Amino acid sequence: MSTTDMNTKANTTVLEIKNLSTEFVSKRGPFRAVDDVSLELHAGKTLCVVGESGSGKSVMSRSILQIVDPPGRVCGGEVLLHRHRTARGMGEEETIDLLKLNPKSSAIRNLRGRDIAMIFQEPMSSLSPVHRIGDQVGEAIRLHERVSKKEARERTLELLRKVEIPRPEKAIDQFPFEFSGGMRQRAMIAMALACNPTVLIADEPTTALDVTIQAEILDLIRSIQKESDMAVLFITHDMGVVAEIADEIAVMRFGKVVETGDVYEIFENPKHPYTQRLLNSVRELDRPSERRLAMREKRPVGEPCLVSDGVRKVFGASKSWFKKEVSGGLVAVNDAYLELRTGENLGIVGESGSGKTTLGRCLQRVHDVTSGHILYTNASGQELDLAPMSEGELAQPWRDIRTVFQDPFSSLNPRMTIGQIISEPLIVEGKLSGSQIRERVYELLELVGLPASAFMRYPHAFSGGQRQRVSIARAIAPNPRIIIADEATSALDVSLRTQILDLLLDLQERLDLSFILISHDIAVIRYFCDRIAVMYRGRIVETGDTEEVCTTPKHEYTQSLLSAVPVADPRVRGQKQRVRYHEAT
Amino acid sequence: MTAEIDPRASSQSPEDFASQWRLIWFAFRRHRLAMTGVVIVLLFYFVGAFAEILAPYDPNSASSKDIYHPPQMVHFIDYDDDNGWSFGPYVVAMNAERDPFTLQTTYTESPDEKIYLDFFAKGQPYELWGIIPMERHFLTTEDPNQRFFLIGADRLGRDMLSRTIYGTRISMSIGLIGVSMSLLLGLILGGISGYWGGRVDMLIQRVVELVISLPTIPIWLGLSAALPQDWSPITRYFAITIILSLVAWTELARVVRGRFLALRTEDFVTAARLDGCRPRRVIFRHIMPSLVSHIIASVSLAVPVMIIAETSLSFLGLGLTPPTISWGVLLKEAQNVRTMSQAPWLFAPGAAVCIAVLALNFLGDGLRDAADPYAQDNN
Amino acid sequence: MLFAYILRRMVWAVPLLFAVSLIAFALISAPPGDYITSFAATLSQSGDIVDQARLDALRERYGLDQPFIVQYFQWITGVVQGDFGISFEWQQPVGQLIWERMALSVTLALSTLVFTWAVALPIGIYSAVRKYSIGDYIFTTIGFIGLATPNFLFALVLMYVAVAYFGADVSGLFSQQYQDAPWSFAKLVDLAKHIWIPVVILGTSATASLVRVMRANLLDELHRPYVTTARAKGLSEWRLILKYPVRIAINPFVSTIGWAFPQLISGAVITAFVLSLPTAGPLMLQALLAQDMYLAGAFILLLCCLSVVGMLVSDILLAVIDPRIRFR
Repeated sequence: MSTTDMNTKANTTVLEIKNLSTEFVSKRGPFRAVDDVSLELHAGKTLCVVGESGSGKSVMSRSILQIVDPPGRVCGGEVLLHRHRTARGMGEEETIDLLKLNPKSSAIRNLRGRDIAMIFQEPMSSLSPVHRIGDQVGEAIRLHERVSKKEARERTLELLRKVEIPRPEKAIDQFPFEFSGGMRQRAMIAMALACNPTVLIADEPTTALDVTIQAEILDLIRSIQKESDMAVLFITHDMGVVAEIADEIAVMRFGKVVETGDVYEIFENPKHPYTQRLLNSVRELDRPSERRLAMREKRPVGEPCLVSDGVRKVFGASKSWFKKEVSGGLVAVNDAYLELRTGENLGIVGESGSGKTTLGRCLQRVHDVTSGHILYTNASGQELDLAPMSEGELAQPWRDIRTVFQDPFSSLNPRMTIGQIISEPLIVEGKLSGSQIRERVYELLELVGLPASAFMRYPHAFSGGQRQRVSIARAIAPNPRIIIADEATSALDVSLRTQILDLLLDLQERLDLSFILISHDIAVIRYFCDRIAVMYRGRIVETGDTEEVCTTPKHEYTQSLLSAVPVADPRVRGQKQRVRYHEAT
Repeated sequence: MTAEIDPRASSQSPEDFASQWRLIWFAFRRHRLAMTGVVIVLLFYFVGAFAEILAPYDPNSASSKDIYHPPQMVHFIDYDDDNGWSFGPYVVAMNAERDPFTLQTTYTESPDEKIYLDFFAKGQPYELWGIIPMERHFLTTEDPNQRFFLIGADRLGRDMLSRTIYGTRISMSIGLIGVSMSLLLGLILGGISGYWGGRVDMLIQRVVELVISLPTIPIWLGLSAALPQDWSPITRYFAITIILSLVAWTELARVVRGRFLALRTEDFVTAARLDGCRPRRVIFRHIMPSLVSHIIASVSLAVPVMIIAETSLSFLGLGLTPPTISWGVLLKEAQNVRTMSQAPWLFAPGAAVCIAVLALNFLGDGLRDAADPYAQDNN
Repeated sequence: MLFAYILRRMVWAVPLLFAVSLIAFALISAPPGDYITSFAATLSQSGDIVDQARLDALRERYGLDQPFIVQYFQWITGVVQGDFGISFEWQQPVGQLIWERMALSVTLALSTLVFTWAVALPIGIYSAVRKYSIGDYIFTTIGFIGLATPNFLFALVLMYVAVAYFGADVSGLFSQQYQDAPWSFAKLVDLAKHIWIPVVILGTSATASLVRVMRANLLDELHRPYVTTARAKGLSEWRLILKYPVRIAINPFVSTIGWAFPQLISGAVITAFVLSLPTAGPLMLQALLAQDMYLAGAFILLLCCLSVVGMLVSDILLAVIDPRIRFR
């Protein structure tokens, strides 16, 4: 399947992008989101456009069909669709420059969805919530082909079957919100495939999905491509996904393409320093941090300091008067046993809905616990059960156990300066005087690598990575012993992730901290954590030494999870045996 | 930190150091209509505050010879007979003639008779805010025995301008006080509902739902009809204000509750809890600042509703009643078609209502748009 | 699913109606004194001798000497059976006085609602899609003025203009010859000829606010990802706007019926008074001023019930057009 030495001369270029530029006009003047981009798409091949957030890759993909939302505007270049080279061509030379067509003309509308189709990142918001799946999927057919309603419905059913949506007869009349994320994305793909497009543009189609679902969707796209000889333009930020499905790569940065080439070549021998850095940070992540290993040599892990003993959390147990939820609500965490030892990094990994975040919040007693004990051993060796404590009693433990949140935007109050945010726990504690607090904040800013000038600024002046540093400074302000970091790096670009993780390790060394890192990203956990707990549907299915679990997983779910994680190396593509896990119900 | 900075993005700006209020101000300033609204609203409140000085006469001083006296134009340049001119504002006097058959009074200008006006001249004595005795008026006749009517007189020969100016005080203040009361109710109930949630929330929500489903005007009418007739004007004023706010608090409660619920689950509020803040500090230090701007916006949109409500009630004779003067009380005089066609200037308070409400709406709209300067900040 | 939702919603309307009736009765019994007191006052004013025994007899006859809750109970049992009591002032059963006026009130409110929708929906869509165009500015300006003018003032101005410049009288709902005539097709036509003036007066401010609601909703929806999806499918601009964002933006719009309807009903009271329409408003006002408690109570109760029903209808409509609500 992945033989490079196939004759590349046979490649037929179906879509050519030449010197494409797109601008956003604002009061501060024009902003060039896409700057002189040239690409080629070949039939039956996948071109991956990689780049970090803000690189303009998504705008570029929308410029092709001229569906950039205002104030964005394509301002130069050509997008040539060589129609005669596709199955739809009539034989004679037929090349259309899409950018020459009026974006509202029927000429370009006829090509949208028929010759070139798109799928998007957010399968929920990309589907209309109030129209039935069948209506939305079948619409393209009725739009581009003269078919009867009945025939369109038949074809829609067939499409749903093709994208492996179970029970299509029922699904066709359902609404998107009745579907799971993966099913929604399948419906999106069905919609895109409705008229057998020659080119499929996929804009981060798996970013919002869990890895196991991602693997399935990637498989699906690949198999459909093979069947119909489609050219695929795949936009992603994930090098693992690139290695998994790309034939060619274009690396974008600041609106420009910095490097293009064959997937094997670029992974083996990246030329542009940015590509090198990108690949490095990805590869760095997929193995244990040497720093951490060295640290453990010097200072071995101690006794358990935070233990979750049979913690159970049920949401929405029947307590309202009118709603008849006698069933007992949703069990988010079920009998979780977990222990964190001093000086250790414990990872909790799981997919969305696995209960990992809830468990993290229960451990800190942000949520009440339905049953079970949370045993915390404080600095003086006293063991406390946090589970039955009131908010007042928790004040002290909360100074020892701190949090770094996932979303760097919502976790900082936009109406307070950085100084105010970081000093808040110190003010509430009331031990230090005003000037002592200020000094301490400056010290903390320096510790997390922020300039002293940040003190007077507001969060909106900072980027995501910097905000996360502020969040860390706030967490370590009252000299804590344990930090629970919930997806602390997920909202950040890859190159920033290692920086933040290294900062945390650095602080661990200096301040003697223990970490619980909650993440869906195995790579991050492997880099940062000594031990790992795998969660699935509210249960901890496996715990153990990180390397051990990652190399020889015991539980079937862990095996399926690990097998679904894309490896950032195109050479191992297709070698891995995929395991699917379905819990017996 | 170490990452390169996107060369296309503009770097540092003074906005980095701008607090919420500065940012709101930046956004608000761009809203031209809203800025106009602010100026007009301030002007109205200024007029209301200094009604005694600005009004040429006591609003209740009647004059039997000036019944339905039409408006007079102010002339600023006074030409002499020998074509010289001087600055001296005056109005041309008007003489009443009664038609012996229809008994209708008609006013005709007598061009030779000029009534001279003066700024800050002495006129009828009054007490500013009921305490400071004064006798100078912003604009009045040089001769205290003469009268002039910029926007005409009513059926008792009282000066409409003075009455409208005094009405401004009552009508504009009733809006403000009424809204403060409903704000108090809305804030407390909405806050309780939003912060504690659960059954309390449920109960309060049901009450809100009930109040919303009531048609306001019949309820207002019913309540005002229930007020004893013998109450003093000031008691009645407050009673009416309370009645108006009883119905109007729900909208504010809903805004407060909705915001509270949304904010309660924000990470930064959880972070504040974990920082060890007690509920009171969480509410006032962390949640309130995000709420205040939204509340101010809703309040500024509720004030005009109150003003219209008071005007309507008084117009029907169930709100404020004479001797209290409000725009609605004044408009009651213009209730039937006959008086209207005879003295259309009785509509003047209506124009005041429209302008004030319009300006308040512009202001509120601008505030609402500017209330969340961080909305576009994400991404 | 939908049926269960409607049932639930209707069950909830019952306690709401009960509460509303309690409020209505509390309102009419709240004034100090009662009709007999004001009756006595009128008598003594005209020089008649007030016989205390006669007054007491009257009180007893009307049950006015009973405690509040007993009076309420008597009243509400009557109401449920269709007996609203007797109007003191008219010396007639309330039932005879109210129904025609209520029917006209409802007709007026419904016509206004239809008018409001017919005007607000297209303008709202236009203003959102052509944001900041000249048309948008014109509609926004008209809307602002419509919002800022109290209904009664608008009615007064209209009447003034009609009298002063056209010599026409725009008050009332019928021409002279139909005023007391029994219902006939001709009378209906006559009603249609007159009703548009109060409809326009009443509908203007509601239209203005609905345009704003629709415009804001649609502006929110126009840049949602699903619109891009539809565009990428090849739908034409207007077709996709009407099918997707408008369809979704209309949800909150429908829920505004909930408040627009009560607002129309209550706004109609004042407008009807100014235009002397033979609807519920003016008679209710008169009854309130005369402390004719059962008449006033019947009107207040019925107007409140109409509002509750309006809310109910809008909630049900909302569930019909928005599947997400049904499944919640």
